[in-house]
Amino acid sequence: MIDIQNLNVVFGSGADRVHAVKNVSCRIAGGESFGLVGESGSGKSTVLRALCGLATGWDGEVTIDGEALEAGARRSDAFYKTVQMVFQDPYGSLHPRHTVNRILSEPIAIQGLDNPGSRIDEALQQVGLGEGFRFRFPHQLSGGQRQRVAIARALILKPKILLLDEPTSALDVSVQAEVLNLLMRLREELSLTFVLVSHDLAVVSHICDRIAVMRNGEVVEEVTADDLARGQPADRYTRQLLLASKGYDRAAIDQFEDFG
Amino acid sequence: MSEPLLSVRDLSVSFDTRKGVVEAVRGVSFDLGREKLGIVGESGSGKSQTGRALLRLTPPPGRVSAKTMTFDGIDLLGAPDRQLRDLRGGRISMVMQDPKYSLNPVMTVGRQIREAYRAHTKVSKSGAKTKSLEMLEAVRIRDPERVYRAYPHEVSGGMGQRIMIAMMLITDPDLLIADEPTSALDVTVQLQVLAILDDLVSQRGMGLIFISHDLNLVASFCDRILVMYGGQVMEELVAAELHNAQHPYTRGLLECLPQVDSRDKDLPVLTRDPGWLL
Ligand SMILES: Nc1ncnc2c1ncn2[C@@H]1O[C@H](COP(=O)(O)OP(=O)(O)OP(=O)(O)O)[C@@H](O)[C@H]1O
Ligand SMILES: Nc1ncnc2c1ncn2[C@@H]1O[C@H](COP(=O)(O)OP(=O)(O)OP(=O)(O)O)[C@@H](O)[C@H]1O
Ligand SMILES: [Mg+2]
Ligand SMILES: [Mg+2]
Repeated sequence: MIDIQNLNVVFGSGADRVHAVKNVSCRIAGGESFGLVGESGSGKSTVLRALCGLATGWDGEVTIDGEALEAGARRSDAFYKTVQMVFQDPYGSLHPRHTVNRILSEPIAIQGLDNPGSRIDEALQQVGLGEGFRFRFPHQLSGGQRQRVAIARALILKPKILLLDEPTSALDVSVQAEVLNLLMRLREELSLTFVLVSHDLAVVSHICDRIAVMRNGEVVEEVTADDLARGQPADRYTRQLLLASKGYDRAAIDQFEDFG
Repeated sequence: MSEPLLSVRDLSVSFDTRKGVVEAVRGVSFDLGREKLGIVGESGSGKSQTGRALLRLTPPPGRVSAKTMTFDGIDLLGAPDRQLRDLRGGRISMVMQDPKYSLNPVMTVGRQIREAYRAHTKVSKSGAKTKSLEMLEAVRIRDPERVYRAYPHEVSGGMGQRIMIAMMLITDPDLLIADEPTSALDVTVQLQVLAILDDLVSQRGMGLIFISHDLNLVASFCDRILVMYGGQVMEELVAAELHNAQHPYTRGLLECLPQVDSRDKDLPVLTRDPGWLL
């Protein structure tokens, strides 16, 4: 479903040049859930942004659902029916002065689809928000409700692939459980393919089959969720990540290596 | 130590809305020494509003009342505005929950840190720059020079959070209120940043209020924990005892967490009981 070969993304130039993604390759089958974890600033969000056409200055070979993508070229409308993204920041990604109804109407209008009303009903229902939420503004919603609106917006064009950037990191544990349950139910019902970015190894392992670990723009290792659960990744950075996920230990932190 | 650094009795925060009064915080009391106090609880339970009220940063039309709210002998509720402005970002710092909202989008990162420092310290522009770069390095930003020149939209989610922390620590505060300060960081960098805070507490005697929804992290990092629900403190625990908590609300929160063996299974969600409130 997704085939990435030698993806590179560079921002800026001169002293401000950042090689944000370096030779990343991976293959994700239809219906699979693929996780991306790793260091802050290692390029996880940038990989997702390149996949959905938001970062334009990339090179490499990317094929999505049989269509080869071109860097810089505008994606076809059909493309956005295949791939949708849920962004890292649930506060910033919804327009503060638009109602839920308007937020959900926009993609329908852009695609020129019929029956907007019933499509919005269906999407709201899929994410478990009743009719009462339809004319609310983002500030009248809790964090979890906002994140569900963001997921509803991504679902409204019935995509095959959902790119999820830290979908639960701003949520409390109970709402996180609700959103994870919802994602698993939708994956089942709609046969979705997920690419999920999260720094919470328990969350990634809960949902994903395979996980790529990124550091400094590169994928240092690909592991299965089972191997991660068994605590035996091969790479030293992944092992350190796993150790850090066990909780705070002042003495252990001094032993952390800086992989430079 | 006889006098706690911070003493709070019966703190309440309420908002008048068209649909009636929202009681965001209801009768919260605690003392803080030179230690790490965690505040946990579900979304909307009043964690942030508790933190903000301490610095009189409650947004309008919010109203704050308390029997006592003193910091190092200073009455935080009664102090004149000028004195409070001096305290804020100086002896008391707060890292807000939304870093991207707290940073000015049209000013470079470096200038924002530098100016935060110069607002409270007599120092030359170049001295402030050197110190700002040191702080960025201390919070494990890989290329501090580039980030110093960058605008907020050019840094990643977790870099934004570390920039906020650098900015709040640069004035060497006695009390730091940190609201979800590390929620966007990878676990390794998260612990490294927490180690900086920890050392400030143990070596310099800073007091830390650490607001978080990461229960395992709070249990391993903090000394004590307040568990909040509906604006009230449900229970106060020794942090290391969190996993033995008896209150059904605290147990409910713990059970929502994904576990190694929970793969592809539905997770339990919280069932709330209004009877928990006094
Ligand atoms: N628009 C941009 N201009 C310049 N540099 C950028 C831009 N967007 C991202 N970068 C840089 O690219 C690198 C990777 O950023 P990215 O947001 O992909 O990281 P991330 O892995 O998602 O991190 P986090 O876990 O903190 O969100 C960072 O060094 C960042 O500063
Ligand atoms: N301006 C306001 N007007 C009315 N109610 C408000 C206002 N600001 C906050 N509240 C309410 O106060 C309560 C406590 O909010 P607070 O932000 O302290 O929650 P929190 O525990 O920090 O939650 P989260 O984990 O989601 O950050 C919530 O019910 C919220 O809706
Ligand atoms: Mg990111
Ligand atoms: Mg809050």
